[in-house]
Amino acid sequence: MLSKSDRRIIENSRLRGWVLEPDAKHMMANQGFDVPNFILTDSIQEANKFLKLSSGPVVAKAVSEKILHKTEFDAVVVGISEEKVLEREMIRLKTLGGCEQVLVEEMVEGLEIIIGAKNDFQFGPVVVLGLGGTSVEIYNDTAIRMAPVKYGDVHSMIDSLKAKNLFKGYRKKPGVNMDLLAPLVVNFSCLIMDLEDKFQSIDLNPVICTKDRCVIADARIMLESET
Amino acid sequence: MDLKYLFRPSSMAVIGVSTTQDSHPANVIYTKNHLRYPVRTYAVNPKGGQLNREPVYQQLEEIDGDVDMAVIAVRAKFVPDVVEQCIKKGVKGAVIISGGFAESGNHELQQKVTDIARQANFPFVGPNCLGIYAPDYLDTFFLPSERIIQPKKGNIGFVSQSGGVLVDHMVKFAGQGIGISLGVSIGNKVIIRETDMIDWFEKDPETRVIAFYIEGFEPREGREFIKRVQNCSKPIVVLKAGKSPKAIAAVSSHTASLAGDYRVFSQIMKQFCVAEAENEYELTSFCEALSCYPKGSRGNVGIVSLSGGHGVVAADACSTHGINIPGITPQTAGHIRQKLSIGVRQIASLANPLDLTGSCVDSDFETSVRHLSRDENIDCILVLLLPYTPGISADIGAKLSQVARNEGKPIIAYVPKEDKYKIIIEGFELNNIPVASSVEGAVLMVKALKRCRPC
Repeated sequence: MLSKSDRRIIENSRLRGWVLEPDAKHMMANQGFDVPNFILTDSIQEANKFLKLSSGPVVAKAVSEKILHKTEFDAVVVGISEEKVLEREMIRLKTLGGCEQVLVEEMVEGLEIIIGAKNDFQFGPVVVLGLGGTSVEIYNDTAIRMAPVKYGDVHSMIDSLKAKNLFKGYRKKPGVNMDLLAPLVVNFSCLIMDLEDKFQSIDLNPVICTKDRCVIADARIMLESET
Repeated sequence: MDLKYLFRPSSMAVIGVSTTQDSHPANVIYTKNHLRYPVRTYAVNPKGGQLNREPVYQQLEEIDGDVDMAVIAVRAKFVPDVVEQCIKKGVKGAVIISGGFAESGNHELQQKVTDIARQANFPFVGPNCLGIYAPDYLDTFFLPSERIIQPKKGNIGFVSQSGGVLVDHMVKFAGQGIGISLGVSIGNKVIIRETDMIDWFEKDPETRVIAFYIEGFEPREGREFIKRVQNCSKPIVVLKAGKSPKAIAAVSSHTASLAGDYRVFSQIMKQFCVAEAENEYELTSFCEALSCYPKGSRGNVGIVSLSGGHGVVAADACSTHGINIPGITPQTAGHIRQKLSIGVRQIASLANPLDLTGSCVDSDFETSVRHLSRDENIDCILVLLLPYTPGISADIGAKLSQVARNEGKPIIAYVPKEDKYKIIIEGFELNNIPVASSVEGAVLMVKALKRCRPC
């Protein structure tokens, strides 16, 4: 079910055609999905305070209506652990087109996967699951299922990937916690059924999976143009 | 919407026959049904007159008795009027052969016909189609009987957006000895669509497998299709066209339907256990295998042959098609070895694929199939039967069928398709064991069983 605040976010994003990352993350958090701790700020002091309280390095991202694909604009900086670096990057990010605020969030490391959705012309909402990150288009190692999916579907999706051993644990590296990933994908597939008439596509990419978390590190929701 | 009168009519009017042109599609349809099918057939043309010394009715209304269904083969612009006449006469369904609708840009005309039919709850097949081939009942294909090879009556229901593809596959089915229960070319599929056909076939006791040639779905129609699939107890096979950008362009001008993203289609078919055939060979193999084994299997195959080479060829084909050839348990191998005939006991190779050698006899095959069936690693058994060796008798098909019946695991056989070996082939087929005419074809049958399982 969509909450009132979710609906408000969607209505406010209509004109732009897509939902800004902080708003998309709010929507995901409303569903009970794990998102990184973050602050949205234009203040360097605030950002540094967040860094100090964080247990590890942080990520800084430009938030701009003009920037849909952040890596293309060099609008994401990962692994910041020093105040002076954060300060320098905050200043730089704010010079990017349309960027008024910066998203500073905790950095999680693990297997980068994509959980996506497409509103298919013939089948309606479909879920996409696969290897994520910025190279997703190059490898295109993804599985597709019609939403809503069942737990068994999530397992079969992973089994159909070339990267399935990365999910299951490979060369002593821990795999993904399926007790977290399976419900995430199942609940996400229910969410996109609720959003059926509102979205074109959704990318949760990357979702960073470790043995005890599946964190949505970035989220982009492309909306259906109003008819 | 009762489709019974469309597919099993006892009377039929062919509207648009020509009194001057013998090869006119309507005349071909009239003649073949009039002469060769039990359906009472009437010819209709406003000009009246006679056709082959039978009356041509000027109006449907002039026909005395009930008319269950009508074949409409008049020019597109007259179709709305003819459909109205059919409804007035109490006709219960139609096949609209005529082209010249959405596929050539005349969306309005198509909409007009649709609106008239919908309002009267009047089902029709088409327009722009060949219509219906129902062995023993009727045939609305405007192809002279002597020109086509018709498959025998069987248990495959086949629905195609393209009439040409349907006919061509029917010829191929006939060549493979596969029979069909009903073939429908749905053309522009305005009223009767794939989804309606699933509902019909689900209830039709003569159909065991439902096959589709699909070019594209309309918005959300794919989801509707899947809903029907989920409520259908029979195996469904699809052959999808419009996978490449060029083909997609051809499809949209062809039947006025839009093709969607092929990967989405393909993976959703897998998700819901619809066996997607990649090509015509797979289509025929899948239909044949699933008509014998509708439940499917995990596809772990045990292979028995009397030629090591055939075992290797089959293993390669299995690898290409993603079929697993598991090892057999030592107990299975032990049981088989113990019961093999003296001549081969020392020389047979009992690693999967099993090679019984050219010295084997019928009972060696029976023993191997029996114990492979009892091995829990094995879900189905591929028997590569080369009837050239002296130890193999003409009874081998019937004998192995008996073993299969007792053990309850699917067997698929390869036997060279020659008249000389017909008794062996029939020994299998009459006992509901599918026989392929090539090793590859047999492997495709195993693939069919695997495709029909939840992935």
